[in-house]
Amino acid sequence: MTANQPIDQPKYKTSDEVDFVIIGSGAAGGVLAKELSTNGFRVVVLEQGPYLTEADFTHNEIEILAQDKLTNHPKLQPTTVRKTPDEKAKPQRALVYGRCVGGTSVHFTANYWRFHEIDFIERSKVGAIPGSTLVDWPITYADMEPYYTKVEWDIGVSGLAGASPFDPPRSKPYPMPPLPVKSSGVLFERAARKLGWHPYPAPMAILSQPRPGRSACVECGYCLGFGCEVGAKSSSLAAAIRVAEKTGRCEIRPNAYVHRIELDAKGRAVGAVYFDEKRNTHLQKAKAVVVCANGAETPRLLLLSANKQFPDGLANSSGLVGKNLMFNSGGTVTGVYEHPLNDYKGYCVSRVLHDFYVLDHEKVGFYGGGGLDARYDFTPISFAFGGIPPETPRWGKDFKAALANNFNRTMEIFCHGTSLPVENNSFSLDPDLKDAWGLPALRLTYKDHPDDLKLTSWLFERAHSIHEAAGAVKKWSFPPQEQQFGVHLLGTCRMGNDAKTSVINGDHRTHDVKNLFLCDGSSLVTSGRGQPTMTIMALAFRAADRITALAKRGEIST
Amino acid sequence: MNESLSRRRFLSRGATGLSAVWASAHWPALLAAATHAHQAAKSAAPAKFEFFTADEAKEIDAITSRIIPTDDTPGAHEAGVVYFIDRGLTTFSVDDQKTYREGLPALQARVAEMFQGKSKFFELTVEQQDEVLHSFDEKNAQGRQRRFRTSAGAQNFFETLRQHTIAGFLIDPDYGGNRDAAGWKVIGREREHMFQPPFGYYDKDYPGWEVAMKSDANQAEKK
Repeated sequence: MTANQPIDQPKYKTSDEVDFVIIGSGAAGGVLAKELSTNGFRVVVLEQGPYLTEADFTHNEIEILAQDKLTNHPKLQPTTVRKTPDEKAKPQRALVYGRCVGGTSVHFTANYWRFHEIDFIERSKVGAIPGSTLVDWPITYADMEPYYTKVEWDIGVSGLAGASPFDPPRSKPYPMPPLPVKSSGVLFERAARKLGWHPYPAPMAILSQPRPGRSACVECGYCLGFGCEVGAKSSSLAAAIRVAEKTGRCEIRPNAYVHRIELDAKGRAVGAVYFDEKRNTHLQKAKAVVVCANGAETPRLLLLSANKQFPDGLANSSGLVGKNLMFNSGGTVTGVYEHPLNDYKGYCVSRVLHDFYVLDHEKVGFYGGGGLDARYDFTPISFAFGGIPPETPRWGKDFKAALANNFNRTMEIFCHGTSLPVENNSFSLDPDLKDAWGLPALRLTYKDHPDDLKLTSWLFERAHSIHEAAGAVKKWSFPPQEQQFGVHLLGTCRMGNDAKTSVINGDHRTHDVKNLFLCDGSSLVTSGRGQPTMTIMALAFRAADRITALAKRGEIST
Repeated sequence: MNESLSRRRFLSRGATGLSAVWASAHWPALLAAATHAHQAAKSAAPAKFEFFTADEAKEIDAITSRIIPTDDTPGAHEAGVVYFIDRGLTTFSVDDQKTYREGLPALQARVAEMFQGKSKFFELTVEQQDEVLHSFDEKNAQGRQRRFRTSAGAQNFFETLRQHTIAGFLIDPDYGGNRDAAGWKVIGREREHMFQPPFGYYDKDYPGWEVAMKSDANQAEKK
């Protein structure tokens, strides 16, 4: 058995009341499992997807892109989509999330910059925004800083401290240097400097130096969408789950689809009800329940757990479970260059720029902010479908010529930005459509705040300028459109001090159920400027400290 | 910004505002099925076909050869795409069997309709073949006089075959297509799965972060 196989774990009986049952094993669930089991607690992690390891990860584009080997499955888990609450939602794919041990962190791009001070206090700084439910967080950047540092050192983040003049203060440098720059990064860096901006080496949750049991990045080029075969990507699978297993107190139970949180007569959670692989139902008992299923499945689970005491769904006295969903705004400006970049080699993003993180809303005419990154996130087949210039014929001689010329001469500038919270934007239960287990399907309601679209257009202009200054022979983008599909799933059980206007408190405890905690993208109060996983993981480290303190003071089980 | 974007591309890429891989996740369920691709791929290209008859294979090969033609570099024919599709239709893409069973005769009917006395695609000249395929291609059909009766089955067949051809030409050769990495040679992707910098033309002389920052700053001052 190699270091990267699942290791021996305790097998708890479902009737055995463990200290914590954690639902979901992604960026937040994996970290909480590691921290809580390290702190001496008995933990069961229920993961709806399979337990795959490095040996199972491949570069097979069909498995990944068309067969959803690592992600939620549109046939088994169909969804519906609409723009506003008065419409009837139509069946349509609404989201992608990781459905395997490690969750979405297995296949993510691994951009790992921190949120800035402004993200936690923007409402106080800019005042009320028409059409948005923007509020401040109950915690500040200063509260989060130690946990951002902890993420960087604990799971392994490569980067260069001080390289961006816009970065928030930090207590420690990165534990390892940035990954090598790509041709896209060099073009981006030179052009952005020419324009007077401040590009910097991208902080990435990918190892530039090896760690025990994990290789440094080998620059294979199958990164976004794929699981890392050498453990270089700092997924919760590679960086947290195995530490949890080694404590001997944590069981990772895959293929366990939780669909209800069970309460006793006093309104306390007693455990999680799930289907196993054969669709048999079990109740795993626990002293406390921690839901880390991210911004779609966490609110869905609370809504599915409605009972007599909580007819509108668990922990939903505010009525905000599932609401204020934020996807992050964004889009891509693609450019083609004279010489080969060979950007298909290596990880996706080597340079970022945050000059536009904070914008003067009166000057630009909209709220929010964002950034740009230099990237190439194509693999050969996805490039043929999405990477060639839009006017290229779809087959034949000229199609082939475009593939031949552009595959290694293309780079993208990705514009990442704010989504302002809007109460109607939500995940809820579809009244008609059911999943393969007969449970109500997820229904997406989403219409971007108009400022999000203005922001994207504004960032697109800057991205076009960079391509121009870098000497692109061709560049294009598509007009920003209202989003009907998301991968960042944020804000749907927002954190706050007031039980009327939020779902969880600053300790990630639900206002309504004392031994029920939520920690994942749903906890976020604002969307930052994109790339939320670093913040989700930092929240998880912080939540583990808060929950441990509560448990040690006896304030959970009494 | 280009105004004449086709609807399909617009929807697949622009509307989501998302990056490439997730746009690809919106492919029609054309390739969805079981997970046999990897195992199926272990064997070398089979000498005989499992799904297609010899005649059908000849037709499919001829069509894929117009989708990615052979010129001074290899095309779908050299990459053995017809074998990839044949294997796919009995393993990871069984759901598409009907599309092929019904679509190919419909396409052949179009051949007969367009060129008197012909019934097989492979019998046509390449110019005639392209004309047949253009009659199924939404984008190119626009603005042309619609000379032929519509056939949803054949339309769907052409689009499915187009996507299968691209997949069979560009997939990692370890997974049952792209014979001899012919497709990767065309697009300039090296066969390896480990690389080291310098990766390309623009990073080969990169002087390092500190030096680059200073020299860029000096240039800015000179201005």
